[in-house]
Amino acid sequence: MSSSTAQLSAEPAQGGQPGDPLLVVKDLRVHFPTADGVVKAVDGLSYTLERGKTLGIVGESGSGKSVSSSAIMGLFHGSNAQLSGQIVLDGTDILTLREDEMRRLRGRDVAMIFQDPLSALHPYFTVGSQIIEAYRVHQSVSKKVARRRAIDLLDRVGIPQPDRRVDDYPHQFSGGMRQRAMIAMGLVNDPSMLIADEPTTALDVTVQAQILDLLQDLQREFNSAVIIITHDLGVVAEMTDDTLVMYGGRAVEYGKTSEILTHPEMPYTWGLLSSVPEVTGDTSAKLIPIPGSPPSLLNPPSGCHFHPRCAFRDKVPGDLCRTTTPELAPGGRGSSHLKRCHLADPESIYQTEVLPEIAPDLVDLLAEENT
Amino acid sequence: MFAYTIRRVISGILLLVVMSVVTFYLFYASSSTPERFACGPKCTPTQLDTTKRALGYDEPTIVQWGKFAKGFVAGREFPDDEKLRKAAPEQVVECPRGCLGYSYGYSKPVNTLIKDKLPISVSLAISAFVIWIAGGVLLGITAALFKGRLIDKAIVGLSLLAFAFPTFFIGLLLLKFVAIRWGIVELPKYSDFTDNPFLWVSGLILPAITLALVYMAGYIRMTRAFVLETMSEDYIRTARAKGLTRRVVIGKHTLRAVLTPLVTLSGLDLAGLLGGAIITETVFNFNGVGKLSFTAVQRYDLPLIVGIVLLLASFVIVANIVVDLLYAVIDPRVRLG
Repeated sequence: MSSSTAQLSAEPAQGGQPGDPLLVVKDLRVHFPTADGVVKAVDGLSYTLERGKTLGIVGESGSGKSVSSSAIMGLFHGSNAQLSGQIVLDGTDILTLREDEMRRLRGRDVAMIFQDPLSALHPYFTVGSQIIEAYRVHQSVSKKVARRRAIDLLDRVGIPQPDRRVDDYPHQFSGGMRQRAMIAMGLVNDPSMLIADEPTTALDVTVQAQILDLLQDLQREFNSAVIIITHDLGVVAEMTDDTLVMYGGRAVEYGKTSEILTHPEMPYTWGLLSSVPEVTGDTSAKLIPIPGSPPSLLNPPSGCHFHPRCAFRDKVPGDLCRTTTPELAPGGRGSSHLKRCHLADPESIYQTEVLPEIAPDLVDLLAEENT
Repeated sequence: MFAYTIRRVISGILLLVVMSVVTFYLFYASSSTPERFACGPKCTPTQLDTTKRALGYDEPTIVQWGKFAKGFVAGREFPDDEKLRKAAPEQVVECPRGCLGYSYGYSKPVNTLIKDKLPISVSLAISAFVIWIAGGVLLGITAALFKGRLIDKAIVGLSLLAFAFPTFFIGLLLLKFVAIRWGIVELPKYSDFTDNPFLWVSGLILPAITLALVYMAGYIRMTRAFVLETMSEDYIRTARAKGLTRRVVIGKHTLRAVLTPLVTLSGLDLAGLLGGAIITETVFNFNGVGKLSFTAVQRYDLPLIVGIVLLLASFVIVANIVVDLLYAVIDPRVRLG
């Protein structure tokens, strides 16, 4: 676990030696020129991910979490998006690759599981043929072998009677089965890196748990690195080693998941935690939504992007929140926990002002522990 | 699916029955003395009365329709009036089962007229269909793939131009320059396919292009829109994320999805055209069903009007059924029942 510690200053790996992180994203920017101006969907994002580890990227809609992972898939090659920075996957900076080189990587070394598998699977082709296609585009095998492989994988992801269901169309599958099929398709080429874009958003809760379990099992089996994009902090807590919180196209907090969830240092992360309902928790605990709406990426707020919605900006001396963009830098919890916030002592504010509001029973518990 | 087809065919037949009744009543709503057109300008009241009885226009509308229906089911003889038949037995026309009536304007059974003219209209419609589908789909896809670039703008602009110009203008332009001035093709003339397929094609080419252009313009824009819409679908992103080549993503995944709406639209458009293209037929002097229907209305030729209405309607009904059945084949999500 400790080896997955965030390294902001990680040098891009050369040639992909065994000890190097599998994925290094450095100062990634994805900008879309539009008629109204440049939309800065991702603006200077850096993180690293090692084999067998899981990174959770959390944030609201429009925070740039999906765009940044589409960039890793090279899905912006050939579009009008402007990309800069580095995405080093196993020693190769994929931003420097030509489209046909990128295409060979896509689906083979890095695969993606999309949310809403009903619309992400082609309605006119059978599930099997879509998996077979994904396999044969990267492996020169016969249709028969590929079909065998597709059935094996469907079996592996828990589809009953895979030899029969392989010829079904996506609409004949249930929602959970479709997502399983999607996962089978993502894993068919044994990718070293798997990106799951809100893999459980469109599913009901019991199926969500099954899918998450499955992903975890498969990750152990295939030793893939996984990025889970989600806005569900429960998924983050359950699945990930590291957490990256994004807001307005930037990382605002980054560190080990256990650390981020217990000692968050950025008011936006507090807001996310406050918005999570707890099944077993105190019913008197309030659900506190974050006021306002996500910032426009076309014309983002000055200084800290979060300041218009931040309840704690008065605690920062001067007009710093509005005028100066805080750096993503270590806070009071050591060098592995990065935050982008001007607050001098966020930890004490969290303990005294935020936690009692959202989890009163937890405060008592902590107080008992401390005595 | 079989039961579904049967149900659709039965409802189609009922629809045709209703349409024939409506046509009879509409005809009498439009003119009180339709027999005047058959009798001619210098018609005495006695002649007018004889004509009326000869045409069977003297009877109540529903009785006339009943005779028409009986003629269609069992066949009938013309003229309707028994006295007239006895007075001039040499003029009696036998109209066997399936009889749509007898056109006094042409002095021929409607069935014979339609049988003569239909191949012309069908040839025209099918050759135009081939041109407009091939051109429309190819150019539409090209425009979509080069969206926003010069090629796209040129294709969309030209299709707008083709859409805006009236058919008779384009037809006359082609006739005047391509056929007459430059002599690139022979003067358009219909010849039977079975006689000489080459002449059939060369004689059809200009009228077919004329007729196809306006449809093609529409299909270019529709195909372009369908392709662009499909390319933003999640499953196309999935296809790209699998590492498929652009050729497969477009040629297989995108086109497969675009096919469905195109089949529906083109099936119905073709059905509408099979019954004749009045303007194109007139410009190129093709005496097809289009021109026949125009003449029929001009001359208040009730049997001919009814016959053509039913022909056209059955084309559209059949096309609808075929398209719906095809849909179940093309789209695995559709189950007929």
